[in-house]
Amino acid sequence: MEALQASLIELIRRTSAEIPDDVQRVILASLAQEKQGTIAESALKIIEQNIELARRKSQPICQDTGTILFYVDCPVGFDQIAFADTAREAVRQATRKGYLRQNSVDSLTDKNDGTNVGPGAPTFHFHQHRADEVSVRLMLKGGGCENVGAQYALPLERLQADRDLDGCRKVILDAVHQAQGKGCGPGVLGVCIGGDRATGYEHSKTQLLRKLDDRNPNPVLDELERKVLTTANELGIGPMGFGGRTTLLGVKVGAINRLPASYYVSVSYMCWAFRRHGIVLDPAHGIAGWLY
Amino acid sequence: MIQLTFPFSEASIRALKVGDAVEISGVLFTGRDAVHKYLFKGGELPPGVSFQDGIIYHCGPVVIRDEDGRWRVMAAGPTTSAREEPYQGEIIRRFGVRGVIGKGGMGDRTLAACREHGCVYLHAIGGAAQVLAERIKAVRNVHLLEQFGSPEAIWELEVDRFPAVVTMDSHGGSLHQEVLAASAAALQERL
Ligand code: SF4
Repeated sequence: MEALQASLIELIRRTSAEIPDDVQRVILASLAQEKQGTIAESALKIIEQNIELARRKSQPICQDTGTILFYVDCPVGFDQIAFADTAREAVRQATRKGYLRQNSVDSLTDKNDGTNVGPGAPTFHFHQHRADEVSVRLMLKGGGCENVGAQYALPLERLQADRDLDGCRKVILDAVHQAQGKGCGPGVLGVCIGGDRATGYEHSKTQLLRKLDDRNPNPVLDELERKVLTTANELGIGPMGFGGRTTLLGVKVGAINRLPASYYVSVSYMCWAFRRHGIVLDPAHGIAGWLY
Repeated sequence: MIQLTFPFSEASIRALKVGDAVEISGVLFTGRDAVHKYLFKGGELPPGVSFQDGIIYHCGPVVIRDEDGRWRVMAAGPTTSAREEPYQGEIIRRFGVRGVIGKGGMGDRTLAACREHGCVYLHAIGGAAQVLAERIKAVRNVHLLEQFGSPEAIWELEVDRFPAVVTMDSHGGSLHQEVLAASAAALQERL
């Protein structure tokens, strides 16, 4: 388990200090799009400098190192209990090394024991697949942007949002408007149409595991993603809510079944400090490759 | 780029308008939830500390102590300012504060205090922990550390060209209100 622990500590370090390429490319492109000399442009420039500096110094991009979410794809028979134990220890050590801030608080006593390990922390999502490969994705999800996430139940009269794709479009845009710059925009939306309240939010987060430049295989959702992205960037909220052309960097939408009685649209907002990476393990539990 | 240097005069602050990009040099005092509540409830600043013509920074920095006993700021991004709205206006008036740095903007009472007293709200770049930490050159002192703990203490920070944007000025202007209204109108057209 020592090899696995070392691999996971490296995964945590890199996730905390290095923005994935697919996200950085979009940030750079948006910087080129902003009007020169505006505060939106200067905000994006500082963000870009911060990304470079964090990478160079191998230090956290943002001081809020976020909720720690592991997504593990593993073969049948994989020992999930042993994996989780090892990952918790990796989190403790990564915290001691300063890759993660002491960021986890007991909800009843307000005590922070400084380890980032406790009930629900870190969080694991295991998925079995019929292959030998083990891959581990990690997302560090900031608190400020989590606070501006939203869940809508359709129909919603206030927005004249019906139970259809156009209703979904309306509530997603409403979430962007409500967030303004408070989620440290420009952000990325992970959206889920359908599900129950818990599954809907969970699925909206897994959408954030997709690369920003991918296309949704479902043409209907693909069109919705593009429409929302274009419209959101016409709202003029801009980086940090300063006004400007870049309000969102991306939109990713999934759909899962729902009950006839309910129609939820769940929106997770990811800040510009989009921290996710992933590794494929080799048979000795070293890092065979990186996923982003 | 407008340069502001401590101590911040009323004239230099009143000259600022919403949307101005500034760089701040000199001293900043951090203060977040515990400090605001304490001062609002009548608490006094420790001897030798004055906010007169100074700037309060809503920030809970990550600070470590070197082997030779010197403090070093590892990360120092802004925290959400809205939580201090119940206290901020009163603290601006009572202590002669000229600027408040944070993120997310503040409400009407703070805006009113900015107008009356000659103070501005300065928005730092949320999440830019490394860039902002680089602009902090030294820790001059720390106050109320025992009482409130490290993130909540008053850190006296020496900064050089610390970047921020004026989003609420002393003339009643608020970029947050402007962008909210303009984006609401833009959204309405597109629904
Ligand atoms: S929302 Fe993101 S960038 Fe902003 S403070 Fe939180 S983690 Fe950092």
